[in-house]
Amino acid sequence: MITRRTALLGAAIAAMLVVTPALAADDLKLPRQSVDLVAPPFVHAHEQATKEGPKIIEFKLTIKEKEVVIDDAGTKFQAMTFNGSMPAPMLVVHEGDYVEVTLVNPDSNTMPHNVDFHSATGGLGGGALTHVNPGEQVVLRWKATRTGTFVYHCAPEGMIPWHVVSGMHGTVMVLPRDGLKNREGKPLRYDRIYYIGENDLYVPKDANGKYKSYETPGEAFADTTEVMRRLIPTHVVFNGRVGALTGKNAMTAKVGETVMIVHSQANRDTRPHLIGGHGDYVWETGKFTNPPEKDLETWFIRGGSAGAALYTFRQPGIYAYVNHNLIEAVELGASAHFKVEGEWNNDLMKQVKPPGPIPPGKSSALEGPVATQ
Amino acid sequence: MLLAMKLKVAIAAVTLASPVAVTMAPVTSIGHRDTDAGITEIAAQTFQYRSAGDFSRNGKPVEAPLGEAQLTGHLKIMTNQVTSREYASCVDDGGCPRIPHEAAMADRPMVGVSWRDATAYAEWITNKTGIVHRLPTDEEWTFAAGEKIGDDALPLVDPLDPAQAWIARYDVEANRARPGALDPQPAGTFGRNRNGLNDMGGNVWEWTNTCFLRMTLQPTGATQVTNTNCGVRVVQGAHRTYMTDFIRDPRTGGCAAGVPPANLGFRLVVDDRTWPRLRRMIAAAVS
Repeated sequence: MITRRTALLGAAIAAMLVVTPALAADDLKLPRQSVDLVAPPFVHAHEQATKEGPKIIEFKLTIKEKEVVIDDAGTKFQAMTFNGSMPAPMLVVHEGDYVEVTLVNPDSNTMPHNVDFHSATGGLGGGALTHVNPGEQVVLRWKATRTGTFVYHCAPEGMIPWHVVSGMHGTVMVLPRDGLKNREGKPLRYDRIYYIGENDLYVPKDANGKYKSYETPGEAFADTTEVMRRLIPTHVVFNGRVGALTGKNAMTAKVGETVMIVHSQANRDTRPHLIGGHGDYVWETGKFTNPPEKDLETWFIRGGSAGAALYTFRQPGIYAYVNHNLIEAVELGASAHFKVEGEWNNDLMKQVKPPGPIPPGKSSALEGPVATQ
Repeated sequence: MLLAMKLKVAIAAVTLASPVAVTMAPVTSIGHRDTDAGITEIAAQTFQYRSAGDFSRNGKPVEAPLGEAQLTGHLKIMTNQVTSREYASCVDDGGCPRIPHEAAMADRPMVGVSWRDATAYAEWITNKTGIVHRLPTDEEWTFAAGEKIGDDALPLVDPLDPAQAWIARYDVEANRARPGALDPQPAGTFGRNRNGLNDMGGNVWEWTNTCFLRMTLQPTGATQVTNTNCGVRVVQGAHRTYMTDFIRDPRTGGCAAGVPPANLGFRLVVDDRTWPRLRRMIAAAVS
């Protein structure tokens, strides 16, 4: 591992050698567009279909190592992040666009990092060309040759899984230029998009069973690896902490709106389920050239992939969006909520009789049918 | 079995009967006084009480009625919550289930206890002292809490649209503040209320003996209990909630939002008007 001191020394030498800031070589005669990323569960403004030709879309990812709190008990966690959020922001482009990412590793960090885009071709997804020490930045360009939702993550040699389960993973969505389509080729559109990143976290405990905290990621490494190797996470959460998408931060929608839910898991299999709702159209593997499946109750997201689901809300109320391994949802934290406003539809559901005493007679439990042997 | 169950419910009903009096109590200047055994005695006065449980009218959920209540006599209640050290004596004596806790916390409130654990403690100390100790009812706790009680009425919404009430409840729960410290704190940390009791509404919620009731409001204004579930008890503190009696570590999750009780603990009332020997016999008969 490169220590902070040698990294700083490296940065000082780099500063002496580089006189002018490096500009991206303009070998492509294409229009450029710079996009400011936003933190999940939100996604930066984008066109769902575009009439414009391919562009170079510029994004900036700044690596931030920082302490975060991951549950209501106040458990502290040494996170490594792109742009400060867990998961990292979503990048949206269209097929044929060029994605130009400036990856910044400020000298306030302690470790070298890089980035591997599953949507990119060659060079370990960019991982081989993007190693940056604290105090360095790098610019990588790759062509979006296939559509879909894809994971990106940090992949430094020797400690890939640790960086990933410390928070360094995000999502790229490459939309078809003419937008999403159903199996019959009819256009599909969404009114809102939410981006959920699932994190499996492995927090070491002390001899008394209390979660340990550390001053820096490096100090947490050995103990964390030991927990990781047992493959049982201490926390499975959405967007970085237990309850991150509940209560005041619950996702919102209105009856009649179609919501796109992108679910990204960089490390471990999961199975999202919307309690009280469905997946009207689901790209379970996240790749839009494959026709979406219809009317799913639960969908499977393979570790190391992102999937997408479209749902039109038909009834108001609170919907829980969970990892339907319910132990992970309720005991480990993988639950989010949608708060949906609108008018209740008695045709879809009605409480015909509220809870009350069991009337005597046929429906009485005591006098009900008795199993025969 | 069935007989025992019925007996249990009957006893519960006696314990739970809300002793509501219609007459105004003379306002005393004494209010409350400390006795020597860590018990505070509070003179009966009328107080505002919103009933616990679920209420409906014509098959639609409604707000629980709010009214004036008065206990039938003085209330004698522990000034502080039962501590880990006190609970440990019960464990050592074979009266209470062993629950792990940190030795450094011995003089702090005992937390991580279920209603069953708290009840075991009450029975143990009753037998040891010959004075009946029991968990307070929700009415007694509300009265004792004085100015520390929060009203849990929900905003009025269109009763024909179940989702509106649901969203309103969700918003109330989501807006609750989280306690700053989660570990139990030394007695008095959360202040002494006007009745002289410490830490009412602090970061330790307290078990009561009140069962979960489902009630129907009649056109006459009378209340009809349609279901009594004593497997769920009222828990009191910074907000009122309902917990299954074997839960030691409350949490939300799944479809629930908001802040669960940070800790479950208890304090007891002293009921020196009941004949302890009779209560022991009843307890023996139903168990």
